[in-house]
Amino acid sequence: MTASTLQRPQSSGTDDAAQLKPKRRITGRGMLHTYTWLIIAWLIVPIAVMIAFGFNDTPGRYNQTWDGFTFKWYGRLFEYSDLTSALVTSLVIAVVASLLSGALGTGIGYALGRYRFRGSGSLNLIMFATISSPELIMGASLLSLFVSAGAGLGPVTITIAHVMFSISFVAVVVRARVMTLDRSIEEAAADLGANGWTTFWKVTFPIILPAIFSGVLLAFALSIDDFIVTAFTAGTTKTFPLWIWGATRVGIPPQVNVMGTLIFAIGVLGAVIANIRSSRQGKRD
Amino acid sequence: MNRAKQKIAPYLLVLPGGIWLLIFFAVPMIAMLSLSLQEGDIVHGYRFTGHWQTYTEAISAYQTQIYRSLIYGAITTVVLIALAFPVAYFIAFYGGRKKGSYLFLVLLPFFVSFVLRTISWRQILTDEGPLLSPLRDAGVIGQSFHILGTPFAVIGGLVYNFLPFMVLPIYVALERIDPRVVEAARDLYANPATTFRRVIFPLALPGVFAGVLMTFVPASSDFVNSEVLGSSDTTMIGQVIQAQFLDNSDYPTASALSFVLMLVLLIGVFTYARILGTEDVMKVAAR
Repeated sequence: MTASTLQRPQSSGTDDAAQLKPKRRITGRGMLHTYTWLIIAWLIVPIAVMIAFGFNDTPGRYNQTWDGFTFKWYGRLFEYSDLTSALVTSLVIAVVASLLSGALGTGIGYALGRYRFRGSGSLNLIMFATISSPELIMGASLLSLFVSAGAGLGPVTITIAHVMFSISFVAVVVRARVMTLDRSIEEAAADLGANGWTTFWKVTFPIILPAIFSGVLLAFALSIDDFIVTAFTAGTTKTFPLWIWGATRVGIPPQVNVMGTLIFAIGVLGAVIANIRSSRQGKRD
Repeated sequence: MNRAKQKIAPYLLVLPGGIWLLIFFAVPMIAMLSLSLQEGDIVHGYRFTGHWQTYTEAISAYQTQIYRSLIYGAITTVVLIALAFPVAYFIAFYGGRKKGSYLFLVLLPFFVSFVLRTISWRQILTDEGPLLSPLRDAGVIGQSFHILGTPFAVIGGLVYNFLPFMVLPIYVALERIDPRVVEAARDLYANPATTFRRVIFPLALPGVFAGVLMTFVPASSDFVNSEVLGSSDTTMIGQVIQAQFLDNSDYPTASALSFVLMLVLLIGVFTYARILGTEDVMKVAAR
């Protein structure tokens, strides 16, 4: 993860022990290796099932037993217009919520990483509370607020809720980057005659931008996947997870599997690309 | 002038997000407390009456579900520690250059919606599903053997869904252990078991505690797993709260139950925080 772990010297103690008791060390390590792969396999099983049943040639809406392989659901992806609009709702909310929480969270993260100020302790506490609070309680209390205030539930209240629980995650990511920032680069800019504003936009901001970007991505992922808080703040609005939830009793059509597969594929692809880019960046540094 | 700017800057930066958190996180808690002390119904509206009896009534009506949730949450957490520790240990100490890839694989479920993952488990575990029907045909299990609807299925679902939250903090704690400390233990003739027990495990404890925090709280308040994988015998308090809020619109009872649940969980969290010092928990949780 960090340069220090990569450069960490091979511990000679491990090697000595390996020479003394070669068999035991190898089997211990081998067992852990096998075990880890078993756990990973277990983690992947339901994902594999979800992907597989997107290719299931099922006659009706009940997608429970395997009836042969087909690509047709990919072609008929948008057959259920309410499912499609739920997906669109989810995407729109995720975009708006991640951008908003990105902006608000960056402000908090930057301030916490850079300045010492009164009230930072309570701010840390409230952030900790939003990260560790059960979603159920956050959803229930937001519903209480909206009910008490007589506010109608819908996409706006969902977005408000998503921004609320995402801010702290963005702030934590940005704060970590700002804290490890090398101040001498900014000082160099100042020495070369740049004013505070120019220094920030030309030097500081580009350095923390990847952190902001990962914060926004995290917020997007949290928003598009969220079920519990959304269930409390949605009213009659349906997001993608809420639509699936509602459909469990009447049968979940294969289109849901296909959409889940596509979201999964795009997410994994995005993460891999981001990872390759950041590791290239790391090599350049 | 520059100094004054420096003083105001953090407040200006914090203000928008801070206000958002205040209005939509802190204020709702007060709204919920107030709602729990009101009487009335959805048609005629609610009035504040300071009716504390809602609490005692709600607790006595749903104490089974409250206990069950805490027990399921506790079992889930213990199983998670046992399952996740070896994985985190392997990745941290033997992951080598593939550490990132292993962590990515552990996080893979997060790319699929929580609800969809859980429904996928139901598809696997159902009586006619790919797991049980071959076993039944082979005569390994009896006709009346089920997994769905049992506490085993619910806890299994919880363990599945929260595993990454336990692996990550333990991994972070193990990863930060200075290899020289482990070497020193070996130089002082500690055998591997003693090294683990006296050196590695104590240093991993903050990670374990953070993991407990990140899994016990959401697991015991979850309602998706027990709804999708459970039955009426496995009803958890989250389901009750959800139903009271969204189906029955009995807001006072639902709010009171939410508060009770929150208090119980808060007491747990603060006990942990006190044992460790908040800083440590926050640091580990923040990574």
